[in-house]
Amino acid sequence: MNKEYWPLYEVFVRNRQGLSHRHVGSLHAADDQMALENARDAYTRRSEGCSIWVVRACQIVASQPQERGEFFDPAESKIYRHPTFYTIPDGIEHM
Amino acid sequence: MTNQQQRRFEADIAGERAIEPQDWMPDDYRKTLIRQIGQHAHSEVVGMLPEGNWLTRAPTLRRKAILLAKVQDEAGHGLYLYSAAETLGCAREDLYRKMLEGRMKYSSIFNYPTLSWADIPVIGWLVDGAAIVNQVALCRTSYGPYARAMVKICKEESFHQRQGFEACMALANGSDEQRQMLQDAINRFWWPSLMMFGPDDANSPNSARSLAWKIKRHTNDELRQRFVDNTVPQVEALGMTVPDPALAWDEASGHYRFGEIDWAELNEVIAGRGICNHERLAAKRRAWDKGAWVREAALAWAEKQQRTDAA
Repeated sequence: MNKEYWPLYEVFVRNRQGLSHRHVGSLHAADDQMALENARDAYTRRSEGCSIWVVRACQIVASQPQERGEFFDPAESKIYRHPTFYTIPDGIEHM
Repeated sequence: MTNQQQRRFEADIAGERAIEPQDWMPDDYRKTLIRQIGQHAHSEVVGMLPEGNWLTRAPTLRRKAILLAKVQDEAGHGLYLYSAAETLGCAREDLYRKMLEGRMKYSSIFNYPTLSWADIPVIGWLVDGAAIVNQVALCRTSYGPYARAMVKICKEESFHQRQGFEACMALANGSDEQRQMLQDAINRFWWPSLMMFGPDDANSPNSARSLAWKIKRHTNDELRQRFVDNTVPQVEALGMTVPDPALAWDEASGHYRFGEIDWAELNEVIAGRGICNHERLAAKRRAWDKGAWVREAALAWAEKQQRTDAA
């Protein structure tokens, strides 16, 4: 049996104009064009999309879960970035 | 470190936070998921065969177009599930090969033959109906990619069941022969549909652990009972009967009581000795082998294109 596998692509679909592309899953294809056409057949059979991105899974750079703590904790101490940090007296409107 | 990871995993499970692909997970959790999602994917793919048997002989063009769309959906569902399994670090081809070699299983139901057209409506209604009960429960499974695949599949399965019931109604409102055909199909698929939920809870050794990990959210018997409760009124609405003399409504519990499943039959089918086990695997192996040149040619073409682009 053939041990040479088709590469893995991740698939992103825009449901309709005005929304972002959203990750919907993955598939294997021999080349980019086939990936796009297979993504259309697999993920938009019921008109779920008006635009598709496919990207080779090996090209995606991702943060690592084991580094989640130190990677994201710089944001945790900066509570003054949120509007609820500030006390505004009663009677002040439109703010 | 490992203790800390284990505690974090357990806290995520307890707190109903989904486990995602790169997260640390116990080896057995990973193995259980690969086995379950892989089997589920194989079932979708093998499940195309019994229905494919009637594609060219559908009674009308309308039924044919519907059946084609349904069979295409099953291929798509297989793909979503292989895609989810692959996030656990296995290759789709390896899973697929294990199925072809009989080292991984698929649902026992697809080892029954489709003898008449009536089997197709009945499969859509009963078999997909049973699958929906199982899959709706799995929309809350603890592994994120599996849960998301289930949500997408459930949205699409609803069409499968409804088209099946509609085609059953056409037979139920037809001639005596058509009604007889429908009853015969129900008689043959009723018990195998109940078997789709697996062994009873007392004989389901892995259930407790899968429930603790929230891979499964309900026991086999709970889901089976739900299916029976859902379906008996539908059988009656068609003017058909359930092939179970022990079936009775139990006012006190609010559930239908039903007869004992023939577990010996289920075990035979699972062991590879069902009516169509051999035929199903042979068809899949033939398709895989005959498609080899297409897979190789597509790859060779892609490589040639890349060389042309680079030049």
